[in-house]
Amino acid sequence: MLEAMQSAFVGLLSFQHFAYMLLGIVVGLGVGILPGLGGIAGMSLLMPFIYGMDQVSALAMLVGMVAVIPTGDTFTSVLMGIPGSSASQATVLDGFPLAKKGQAARALSAAFSASLLGGVFGALLLTGFVVVAKPLILSFTTAELFMFALLGLSVVGVLAGESIMRGVVACGLGLMVGAIGAAPATGESRFDLGIDYLVDGVPLVIIGLGLFAIPEIADLIRRSRPIAADSGLGAGWLQGVRDTFKNWFLVLRCSALGTFIGAIPGLGGGVVDWIAYGHAAQTSKDSSNFGKGEIKGVIAPESANNALQGGALMPTLLFGIPGSGSMAVFLGGMVLLGLQPGPSMVTTDLELTYTIAWTLAFSSIVGAAICFFLAVPIARLTFVPFNLIAPFMIMIICFAAFQARRDLTDLLVLFAVGIVGIFLRRFGWPRPAFLIGFVLSSQAENYLYQALQFYGWEFVQRPGVLIIGALTIASTLMALRSRVSEEGAVTKEARGEETDRPVHGGATKAERRPQIVFAVLLLATFLYGVMSSAPLSFLGSVFPFYTSALMVAFTGYMVMMLVVAKPGHSAHFDQELAAKAKGTDDGTTVWPSVGWFVFLFGMTSVLGFIISIAIFITTFLMVRTQLGVARSLLYTGLCIAFMSTLGHYLTLDFPAGLLQHYVEMPWPLK
Amino acid sequence: MTNNITPRRNFLGMSVALATAAFILPVPAMADAVDFSGKTIEFVIPFGVGGGSDTWARFNAPFLSKHLPGQPTVVVKNQPGGGSITGASQFASRAKPDGLSILGTSGSTQFPYLLNDPRVKYDYKDWKVVLAAPTGGVAYISSSFGVKSLADLGKLKGERLVYGSQGATSLDLVPLLGFRLLGLDVQHVFGMKSRGEGRLAFERGEANIDYQTTSAYLKSSLPIVQEGKAVPLFSWGATDDDGKLIRDPNFPELPHIGEAIEMVTGKKPSGTEWEAFKSFLIAGFPAQKLLVLPKGTPDNIVEAYRAAVRKMKLDPEYQAAKVEALGGYEQLTDKAGESLFKEGTTIDPKARDWVRALLEKEYNARF
Repeated sequence: MLEAMQSAFVGLLSFQHFAYMLLGIVVGLGVGILPGLGGIAGMSLLMPFIYGMDQVSALAMLVGMVAVIPTGDTFTSVLMGIPGSSASQATVLDGFPLAKKGQAARALSAAFSASLLGGVFGALLLTGFVVVAKPLILSFTTAELFMFALLGLSVVGVLAGESIMRGVVACGLGLMVGAIGAAPATGESRFDLGIDYLVDGVPLVIIGLGLFAIPEIADLIRRSRPIAADSGLGAGWLQGVRDTFKNWFLVLRCSALGTFIGAIPGLGGGVVDWIAYGHAAQTSKDSSNFGKGEIKGVIAPESANNALQGGALMPTLLFGIPGSGSMAVFLGGMVLLGLQPGPSMVTTDLELTYTIAWTLAFSSIVGAAICFFLAVPIARLTFVPFNLIAPFMIMIICFAAFQARRDLTDLLVLFAVGIVGIFLRRFGWPRPAFLIGFVLSSQAENYLYQALQFYGWEFVQRPGVLIIGALTIASTLMALRSRVSEEGAVTKEARGEETDRPVHGGATKAERRPQIVFAVLLLATFLYGVMSSAPLSFLGSVFPFYTSALMVAFTGYMVMMLVVAKPGHSAHFDQELAAKAKGTDDGTTVWPSVGWFVFLFGMTSVLGFIISIAIFITTFLMVRTQLGVARSLLYTGLCIAFMSTLGHYLTLDFPAGLLQHYVEMPWPLK
Repeated sequence: MTNNITPRRNFLGMSVALATAAFILPVPAMADAVDFSGKTIEFVIPFGVGGGSDTWARFNAPFLSKHLPGQPTVVVKNQPGGGSITGASQFASRAKPDGLSILGTSGSTQFPYLLNDPRVKYDYKDWKVVLAAPTGGVAYISSSFGVKSLADLGKLKGERLVYGSQGATSLDLVPLLGFRLLGLDVQHVFGMKSRGEGRLAFERGEANIDYQTTSAYLKSSLPIVQEGKAVPLFSWGATDDDGKLIRDPNFPELPHIGEAIEMVTGKKPSGTEWEAFKSFLIAGFPAQKLLVLPKGTPDNIVEAYRAAVRKMKLDPEYQAAKVEALGGYEQLTDKAGESLFKEGTTIDPKARDWVRALLEKEYNARF
């Protein structure tokens, strides 16, 4: 074993392997920084080069890429409030407020050092445990996996903010959207509205971008200011590193959590950042600062999402079951290299396994170092008026969404989810709760069904189930004690004090009308859920039916409170009114931003993506940013060149519109 | 980096290659010259990056590029969605018959076609086959039942068997129908995301019957068999040039499913249920991956592709890599490929109706 470790180490140090690892790291950082693109896009970019490469170099490249995505994705999360990939959505919650306070440097350096430690920790655990992990991994059955899904859902309590009910309903909406598509038990299609696209369910990347990126961009366009309003990047590079080391125990716990979640096949890494974030809030003595720029809220998810990869490699290598999204593609890369994962990865191929583990550790260190180096130039972007960056960001987000299915519908669904996201944000329905519900929906349903089939109801007596059940109850109780509102920063500041009952939800029923309308729409959605799942077979309907029915009750209660309760009730919230109360309302509305999106998406369905985005970028720059014609055209040209290059290497046709249907066009227009 | 290639498999691969070489030599040279110089060929795969079909395409792409006239660039283009129905339907409506667009389909594309799924907007009858890539698989059972081989299958009477399935209309339709024909009482637990997850359920002790395709079986299930925890029962078999079911060349000691049914029931399998099963068996295993050209492709282009495949199969580089990449099965073209293509994409309407009725009645499938 030691021999294998040693020769793996020596092998990696050769120039060629190191060079390929660096190439992987560069690609990984690139797709990490660009919002919405993650491991899958990175793998697709590297895939054509893998065939025919020697195994060690190719593995070094792939692992290098996977290792640094959760490091690089921190940039946009902290600097723009737009998650760089699904692994760092939770980082936004405190990272972005820190940046707005002028502490971007501190947040970034804390995030990078936490990423580094998490990545190395995951690699160490992989090295130490991969040989003995098999029985442990096998001891978690579908029954325990179901309980883990419940434990994950309990984090919703932490993120629910001032109104628990609102958190539960947002989570319920996520559960329902997550249930769209084929039922795990029967294959029946649910909630598909007759649209073929929805039979496969809504892709996670589109939910993530729609919920977090679109509303944030809409808001930034509306205000048309630089992101960091007043102060500079701030000093604090050292401060951030110190923060990480001061919270070493939290880093350790979250890294262990991340590795564990990765190691258990079937849990998936989709919400590891939120779980780590919830854990940090639950265990902090004073959680009042979370959501407003608490450094722990950056450190926790960043250490966990890097550690995840080390854990996720265990089931990937041992069983060929991917432990996270990017691992699924990594697995394909292995097969292409002629490597079949399986028990031999810890016997005859042990050296390869250690090569992978060492590369992971190396890349985490090198990746973090590069990020420190890049931080200053990239952070300057926050001083540029956002309207100058917006067209590029919108283009990248559309491109990332389109990677999900390579279908025009990707963009339309992105727009729809984005609109929902804008209103969830405005009326204070916590979007993280929605996301957690969405990710855990199919897991909870699938594992419950499978556990019942395998064990019957006796599964609840399994010791593992009882232990995780107890943890879930404890976590829920702790969560209720330390609630963090996504809008916490806004709500508290609205009154300029640290009390709990701000009056910003509208004093009169007329003022509350928009909230009421939205809540009624939610109610209608759940009613649709009840009605459309009722006629399905028992196994296909039981989960969505009861979830929707419960949510009808809760949402009904919320609607009632919105109508009859006295002003100041926790059910009342409207960011627009809060801004007015605070005096930060600048008389703008979000509708022009939405208009820009409608303009782009509508045009795309007619003219196709490349033509539309070119017109959109030029128009936006001239009208909104008020740039000259020449500069606007230059900017557009560079964007299109960038997009075409990426599209060429990914071998894809861009979304086609009606025009392409009738007229033959050369690539990339076709 | 150690490739566990047994001498037997090597020998087998060699002899198949030699036999193929002998068979193709008399074929006359192609007619009108086709030249793809400077062109780019899109190899459309209706699945995502990194899956089985994707890796299969990426294995073949460089060899096609090398052996097609004019050495065009061959790029793999992934078009995932709808379990491959979306990508294949798009190919059917858009691809031009100029030889610059080719499609790789899999059992998951063929099953909904055979079942007459209304979402299917493609017809295999329109397409011309270039290459058929077979695969195989082995079914095994937990040793806890005391079954030593297929001969003891009687011991299972009244036992409840559990199988982790990816869904009744997925590739796991083959074991679903196969176990039925063997008279086994199997509970299918759906929602597995891959065969790998099914094997994991078996290893956890939640499922007690399972199958894996050949390469996964050799790598991950054989160790369980060697530990004494599982007993192999039968293979899904292979087909000879006439489409007759024969033993899988990788597992000559194991009976194939046809033999297994005969051993258990005492008579040669026949009838609608068997016919239905056999169509899906062939679509799922011997004809699992098909490389096709679009509707209306001229014969000279089809011939250019087939000639490229013939040359590819003689390429020493290909022969060195294929055992690892294709799991010890030979890819077929020309007559053998066409007969597999036909067998794997046609079904007797009566047999189809029987399967649909079964799936609707017992597994809540909706068509």
